[in-house]
Amino acid sequence: MVEEHRASVAPRLAQQVARVGLWGATALTVGILVFIVVFVMQRGLGAISWSFLTDAPQRSGAEGGIFPTIVSTLYVTLAAVVVATPLGLGAAIYLAEYTTEGRLSGIIRRGTESLAGIPSIIFGLFGFAFFVTALGMGWSILSGGLTLGVMILPTVIRTSEEALRAVPREYRHVAQSLGASKWDAIRSVVLPVAAPGVVTGIVLGIGRAISETAAVIFTAGVALATPRSPFDSARTMSVHFYTLTMEGISDEQAYGTAAVLVVTILVINLAAYTLMRRFTRSLR
Amino acid sequence: MRDRMIERMLLLAATSAVAMLALITIFIFREGLPVILDHGPLAFVAGVTWAPSLGQYGLLPMIAGSAVVTAGALVVGLPLGLACAITLAEMAPPKARTVLKPTIELLAGVPSVVYGFIGMEVLVPFIRQAPLLGGPGYSALAASIILAVMVLPTIISISIDAIEAVPRSFREGSYALGATQWQTITGVVLPAARSGIVAAVILGMGRAVGETMAVIMVAGNSVQMPHSLLDPVRTLTANIALEMGYASGAHAQALFATGIVLFVISLGLNEIAGRVRGRSRASVVVAADAPADAEAAAEARAELLGAPAMRPRLMKPSL
Repeated sequence: MVEEHRASVAPRLAQQVARVGLWGATALTVGILVFIVVFVMQRGLGAISWSFLTDAPQRSGAEGGIFPTIVSTLYVTLAAVVVATPLGLGAAIYLAEYTTEGRLSGIIRRGTESLAGIPSIIFGLFGFAFFVTALGMGWSILSGGLTLGVMILPTVIRTSEEALRAVPREYRHVAQSLGASKWDAIRSVVLPVAAPGVVTGIVLGIGRAISETAAVIFTAGVALATPRSPFDSARTMSVHFYTLTMEGISDEQAYGTAAVLVVTILVINLAAYTLMRRFTRSLR
Repeated sequence: MRDRMIERMLLLAATSAVAMLALITIFIFREGLPVILDHGPLAFVAGVTWAPSLGQYGLLPMIAGSAVVTAGALVVGLPLGLACAITLAEMAPPKARTVLKPTIELLAGVPSVVYGFIGMEVLVPFIRQAPLLGGPGYSALAASIILAVMVLPTIISISIDAIEAVPRSFREGSYALGATQWQTITGVVLPAARSGIVAAVILGMGRAVGETMAVIMVAGNSVQMPHSLLDPVRTLTANIALEMGYASGAHAQALFATGIVLFVISLGLNEIAGRVRGRSRASVVVAADAPADAEAAAEARAELLGAPAMRPRLMKPSL
């Protein structure tokens, strides 16, 4: 009896200990995120004002605002999206609608996965060698945007393909039985249904583009003036923040820039999450 | 006619990722390979002196630096990430899960410069002043801890997928034998999800090796073979980013050559993870195609896992 009792206590004790440990680890992880957000906000929100967002920086960013870096970030990100969306969506449509799993789709899939695994500094090197130097675009919005476009391509392909595959097969059958061609069925029935999922992929790509530093610093450059053309060099918010901290220019300005970055990223992720939820609900 | 043209255009778009990969390979190798061949691949990879002004390019300190911080990141990040994945996949009630999972995924969205900054402001001074630690603070240890947090989302989300792919009947079989939830997790679920978890670790490793900005900001970056976790180290990524701004000629080529080493490591890790993961997917598909009768299937699986075959009765643990 005693033996049996002991044997059954140990696993139950282990279960209790494990439960506490596992939940503790989860709480720690969430705690780290909360700490990061609170830390940045507490120190940075004070620096943010209307003029901080709309003024040009003075004395290399030690004073004034961050307006040019916001504009630069928008332009570079826009260029990246303009490149990645048609290519990514096209690739996703091909993979989801036009091909069965075979050698070709296998190669495409592996290529996409490999591209997703390449470190951003390699994209920086590539963008510098290819867009900046070989194609003669120089440090510019165009070079930075194209580099980031290549970098976020796998995100857009993967999310869009998943969204297209989530659309029930019957939708296509019904459209085609009503006389629509395959492409018409995709364009007017499948794509509208999958749109929120596709947009989620693009939004996630935008988030990555805005956060990125290593790939843009060597392609878009570090010029602090407001860019006037796609061939102008541009400093994004992330690069500006990096420069402010590493060169010890101004802690207050750095915290302010960090706060703007973090708020932007939070909003973008919330948007992506909301879109995705709406999408999965609409298919239920 | 129009449909055929559209299909061709879509195919063209579909090959874009592969084309870009090829283009990246060509340009990185074209710029970097000459230096590697000049030095001899072995001298480049195993040389301990990096002195661009003397034309000496030995990459070993940086390779060691990347290895140390990556190993450190996994030592901290793997247990933490796996614990989170188990909690979210096996223990958390659905409502808690719908809040916790996107929250943890947010960690992936935080810009790496912000991680680096927090590391500089909080972690580095802490290491410098803490008893038993000390040193300059800018160290392999600081980089490891920051990287551990940065690889968490990768490890967690892929591990969750792997754990969720384990069929429900595996757990029911285990509970039916009187096992507790923890025994079921360690004895049945984790072994069954093993290859997916291995893939998660390898992909996490890839992220840690490839991270640049956060590491530069906390690792100290001096070129030296690391002797202690409290020493400053320079990683492969940092080596490129720190010197790219002013390098020219052979020096710039040496940085591209550093890129080649990093590129090969990243692609290698990605390839291994893909294979391991592919295997796990295949095995789950096999399990799902097993006998249609649920009880017979559970029995077959329990036997597969080495547990004695018994008819499952209880659906939930008696705790």
